[in-house]
Amino acid sequence: MKKILPLLVLAVAVLYVGKSLLPPKNTGPFDLVGFGQLPLLANGRIKPIDTEARSSLLRFQGRQRVSSPLLSGNLVGSPTEWMLDVIFRPEKADTYPTFAIDNPDLLALMGKKDEDLKVNYTSTAKQVLALVGFIPSRHRRFALTEIWPHRATIQEQARLAEPVENAIRTPFQRAVMQLYLNLVHYQRLQHAFVMPGRENFLNELLTFQEKVPAGVAAVKAKQAGQPHDEAAVTPMIEMGEMFGAMSTVSNFGVIPPDGNNTDPTAWKTTGAALLETFQTNQVNPAALAYAGLSRSWRQEQPEQFNKLIELYRAGLETRFGPQLEKARAEARFNHAEPFYLSMEFYGIAFFVAIFSWLKWPDTLGRSAFWLVAVAWVLSTAGILARMWLEGRPPVTNLYSSALFVGWGSVGLCLVLEYFYRNAVGSVAAGVVGFATLLVAHHLSLSGDTLEMMRAVLDSNFWLATHVVVVTAGYSATFLAGFLALIYIVRGVFTRSLDKATADSLGRMVYGIVCFATLFSFVGTVLGGIWADQSWGRFWGWDPKENGALLIVIWNAIILHARWGGMVRQRGLMILAVGGNIVTSWSWFGTNMLGVGLHSYGFTDAAFVALAGFVASQLAMIALACVPLEKWRSFQTRTVRKLPEPAYAK
Amino acid sequence: MNDVVRQFRDFFVSLKLTVVLLVLGMILVFGATLDQTNLGIWGIQTKWFRSFIVLQEIRGFPVPVFPGGYFIGGLLLINLITAHVYRFRLAWKKSGIVLTHVGLIILLIGELLTGILQDDYSMRLVQGEPKNYSDSYRENELAIIDTTNPEFDDVVAIPEPLLEKGGTLQHAKLPFKVVVREFNPNANIRGRAPATAPAGASEPPTIATQGVGPNAVMTPLRMTYKQDERNLPAAYIELVTPERSLGTWLVSADTRMPDQTVEHNGHTYIIALRFTRHYKPYTLTLQKFSHDRYAGTEIPKNFSSQIHLMTPDGRDDRDVLIYMNNPLRYAGLTFYQASFEPGNDKVTVLQVVRNPGWLMPYVACSLISLGLLIQFFIHLSGFFGKRRLAVPAAA
Repeated sequence: MKKILPLLVLAVAVLYVGKSLLPPKNTGPFDLVGFGQLPLLANGRIKPIDTEARSSLLRFQGRQRVSSPLLSGNLVGSPTEWMLDVIFRPEKADTYPTFAIDNPDLLALMGKKDEDLKVNYTSTAKQVLALVGFIPSRHRRFALTEIWPHRATIQEQARLAEPVENAIRTPFQRAVMQLYLNLVHYQRLQHAFVMPGRENFLNELLTFQEKVPAGVAAVKAKQAGQPHDEAAVTPMIEMGEMFGAMSTVSNFGVIPPDGNNTDPTAWKTTGAALLETFQTNQVNPAALAYAGLSRSWRQEQPEQFNKLIELYRAGLETRFGPQLEKARAEARFNHAEPFYLSMEFYGIAFFVAIFSWLKWPDTLGRSAFWLVAVAWVLSTAGILARMWLEGRPPVTNLYSSALFVGWGSVGLCLVLEYFYRNAVGSVAAGVVGFATLLVAHHLSLSGDTLEMMRAVLDSNFWLATHVVVVTAGYSATFLAGFLALIYIVRGVFTRSLDKATADSLGRMVYGIVCFATLFSFVGTVLGGIWADQSWGRFWGWDPKENGALLIVIWNAIILHARWGGMVRQRGLMILAVGGNIVTSWSWFGTNMLGVGLHSYGFTDAAFVALAGFVASQLAMIALACVPLEKWRSFQTRTVRKLPEPAYAK
Repeated sequence: MNDVVRQFRDFFVSLKLTVVLLVLGMILVFGATLDQTNLGIWGIQTKWFRSFIVLQEIRGFPVPVFPGGYFIGGLLLINLITAHVYRFRLAWKKSGIVLTHVGLIILLIGELLTGILQDDYSMRLVQGEPKNYSDSYRENELAIIDTTNPEFDDVVAIPEPLLEKGGTLQHAKLPFKVVVREFNPNANIRGRAPATAPAGASEPPTIATQGVGPNAVMTPLRMTYKQDERNLPAAYIELVTPERSLGTWLVSADTRMPDQTVEHNGHTYIIALRFTRHYKPYTLTLQKFSHDRYAGTEIPKNFSSQIHLMTPDGRDDRDVLIYMNNPLRYAGLTFYQASFEPGNDKVTVLQVVRNPGWLMPYVACSLISLGLLIQFFIHLSGFFGKRRLAVPAAA
C-alpha cells in the first residue's frame, strides 16, 4: 500500500485534472454553454460572453457565483446564466445581490445600519457558524434594487471624488468611485444587446422595420416643411432616441460588421447597428438574433433559443471562424479554471509534505512531489493557454506576473525536490504556489486579465526578455525566503531540523540566492536597455526600476556577507527572509506610490495585504533572532551537554 | 608599511565596507523612491543621487540626513577598485568575479557621467512647421529679441536663476537695463475683469503698464513636482534706459501668452519669458502624427510621428518615422515619441535626450552578465560534481 500510494495520488490528481478539461455541459434545456461562447468586442479584443460575465462578476462582487448568505444554493447556475438575466431579464437580475460594498461610510450614506446588515440565520447551527466566522455574519453584497433609490447621492459623491487623483483618494472616495463605475458598467451590460425593460423587443424591431421606409420619408418631408403623416414621424423619433441611448450607454461591440468585412476590430454596438436601419431599411440580422434570444429567454422557449444560437453561429462561421474558435477555446479555458485547481493541489501538497516530516517521509514525500508536479504542469498549461489567447509572452500585467512568479518558484522547487528528496521543496512549492495564485485571484478582481498592452509596453521582444527574466528573479528571491522560513519554523518549533536537513537547506538557499542574483541583475539590465532603446536613457530612477535595483543589491549583500564570513547559516536565513520584504516591495509597493512610468496597477486592499506580509516577515526575522539554545531543534543537544552545533551559528 | 596606512588599506579593501555601503545604498534608493511622491522624479535625482549629502529641508533649514549618491557610490568605487587591485590573482575560478566587478566599476562611472552630462528637452512640433530648437523641461529664460532686421533675430536670453535673484540686469547688447520687479517661480495668469464690472469683484492690483499686463492678473501658485506638470514662472519686468523707464511688462512662460513688443530708438524688441531653448543645426518638420486606440477603448495602441529631417547644408534631407520603442538617434541626440495633445492630431511632442555616456551601461552589463554566468556555471558544475561524488558514498 505504501509503495503504490504516491502513484495512486498521481492517478487521482491526473483524473481530476482530466475531468476539468471535459467540455462543459448544459444543466438545463437552454444552451447556456453555446451562448457563453458567442464572441463580442470589449476592451479592444474579441472575447466570449462567458469571459465578460466572469470578469464583470469578479469586479462587482469579488467572486463568480451569485448567491446570498440566506440561501443554501446559488441564485444562478453559471456566470453566463447571470449575464442572460442581466441583459434579457433585468427585472430579475436587479434583485440579485451582486454589488459588494464594504465601506461603512458609503453604507451609512445608503441608509444601511448595523442591524440591517446582520444576517439573520434561522437555524441555530448557522448562527453558531456565523459567530465563529465560518459563514458570513453581515451582508456585504447588495442588489441593484437596493442601491437604485440612492443613485442620485452616489452620483453626486462620485462627481466630488472624480477630480481627486486616485492615489490620494480617501477610502470612502475610492469606494464611491468603485460603486459608481460598477453601476456604469452594469448599465453598459444591460444596454449591450437589447433595450432593457421591453417586454418584446423583437416585435418592436419587426414593426419598426415595416414602418421605416414610410417613416423616413415622412420625417424628410417634415424637415422640408412639406405635408407629411405625423403618425409616421413619431415612432421614428422614439425609436431613434432609443437606439441613440443604447449606443451611447453601451460600448460593447456585440454586432459583427456588415457584408464581407472580416476586420475583428470593426464590431459595433447594437445601438449603432440599429441606427443604421434608417439608411438601410433593414434591421441588422445580428441585432434581430439577439432580440429573438431575448424573447425566447424571457418566454422560456429553449428550442427556439438553441436554434437561434446555432443559426447565428453559422452566419458568423464564414467570416469570423478563427475568432469563434478562439472564443470557444477561451470559454472552455474559463470553465476549466486551471489556476484555481492548481491552487487546491498546492494546498493539499503542502499539508501532505508537512505530514511527511512526521510520518512516512518517503511515501508522503513522493505523494506531495507528484501533487506539486501535476499542479505545476496544470499551471504551465494555463499560462501557455493565456499566451496563445493573447498572442503575448507570459507576463503582461500584475495578474500574469503573479502567475509567473508562482510558476517559476514551483519549477525551482521541483528541481530542488528531485535532488534532495526531503519534502522541503514540496512544502515551499505548496506555500509559494498557493500564495501566488491567491494573490493572482485578488488581482483578477479589477476586470479582464487578458488586457491590451498600452502603446509603450507593446513590444513582444522586451516583454519576453526583460519582464520574464525580472519576474524569474522575483520567483527565486521569494523561494529563497520561503526556504529560510521553513528553516526557521522547523528549527525553532520542532526537533526535526537535524544537521543534514539544516545543511541541505543552507545549500539550497545559497544556490537559489545565486540564481536570484543572476536573474534579477540580468532582468534589470535588460529593462535598462529597453529604456535606452525607447526613451534614450538607461536608467531614470523610476520607482519600479529602483525596486528591481533593491532586489539586486539585497541579493548582492547576502552573497557578500556570506563570503566575508559576516553571516553563517542562521544569518543567511534571516537575510533571505529579508529578501521576501524587498521583493514584495518592488513587486507591489512601488505601484502604490502612484508615480512613474510603471505605476499601472494600484489596489487599495493590496496595501493592507502588503503591510501585513511585511509585518509577518519581520516577525519571522525576530523569531530567528532568539538565541540558538532556545531553538527546539538545537535544544536537545544542549541538554545532553553536547557542544553547540557550530554549523548553526 | 606603517600602521596608519595599513589600517587605511584594510578599511578600504574590506568586504565589510562593501556590505555596509550596499546597505546604505539600499536605504538611499528606498528613501529616494518614497521621496518621489513629494519631489517628483527629477527633484529626487539632484537631492539624493547627484549629491554628496542628502539635505532635507526641515522648517526651511537644510539638514543633512543621509550620505548622498556621490558619497556612497564614490566610496563603493574606491572599495571595488582597491579590493580588486589588492587581492587580484589570475585564476580561472576567479574570472567570473573579476569580470563582474570590472563591469560594476564601469557601470558606476557611467552613471556618474550620465548624471553630469545627460540633458533632456521636449520638442513640440506642429504639422508643417519646421523647428530647429527644443525646449527645456524645467528651465526657463527671459528672451529679449531684436527683430528689427528681417534677415535674422538678435536674441538676448537671461536664465531663470538670475531673474529669481531679482534686481537690475544689464547686457551689452541691450540699450536698456532690465529690472525684475517681481518674480514668481510658478504662477497662473488670467484676464482681468473689466473695470466696469459690478462692485465687489475687486481684482488685485497690477504694476504692469505695457503690453497685456494691465489687463491680466497674476496669481502665485505652489511649485509643482509632478512628472506631468511643469512650473510656469511669471514676472513683472521693467525696462529702463538712462533717460527714462520704458514701462513694466508682465511676462509668463505660459504658452498662451501673446508676443509683447517694445519700441526703442527705431528698434523693435519682443520680450518673452519662455522655456529655455536649445538650438540645433537642423530642422525637424512634422508631416503626420498618428494615434490609434484599441477598438472600443481609450487604451492607446500606438503613436507615431512621420518627420522630415533637414540640415541647412543639405547633407541630410530625409523622412524618419518615430514611434514607440523606436526613437530617432541623430547627432548625439535621441528623439523619442513622448506625448501628444489630446484632441489635436496636428501636434506631436517628442522628448530629446542627450546622453554621451549611453554606451557605457551596455559594455558594463555585458561584462557583468558574462561574469555572473561564468560564476554560476562554475558553481553549478561544482554542485553536480559534489553530488556525483556523494551518491556512491551514500549507497
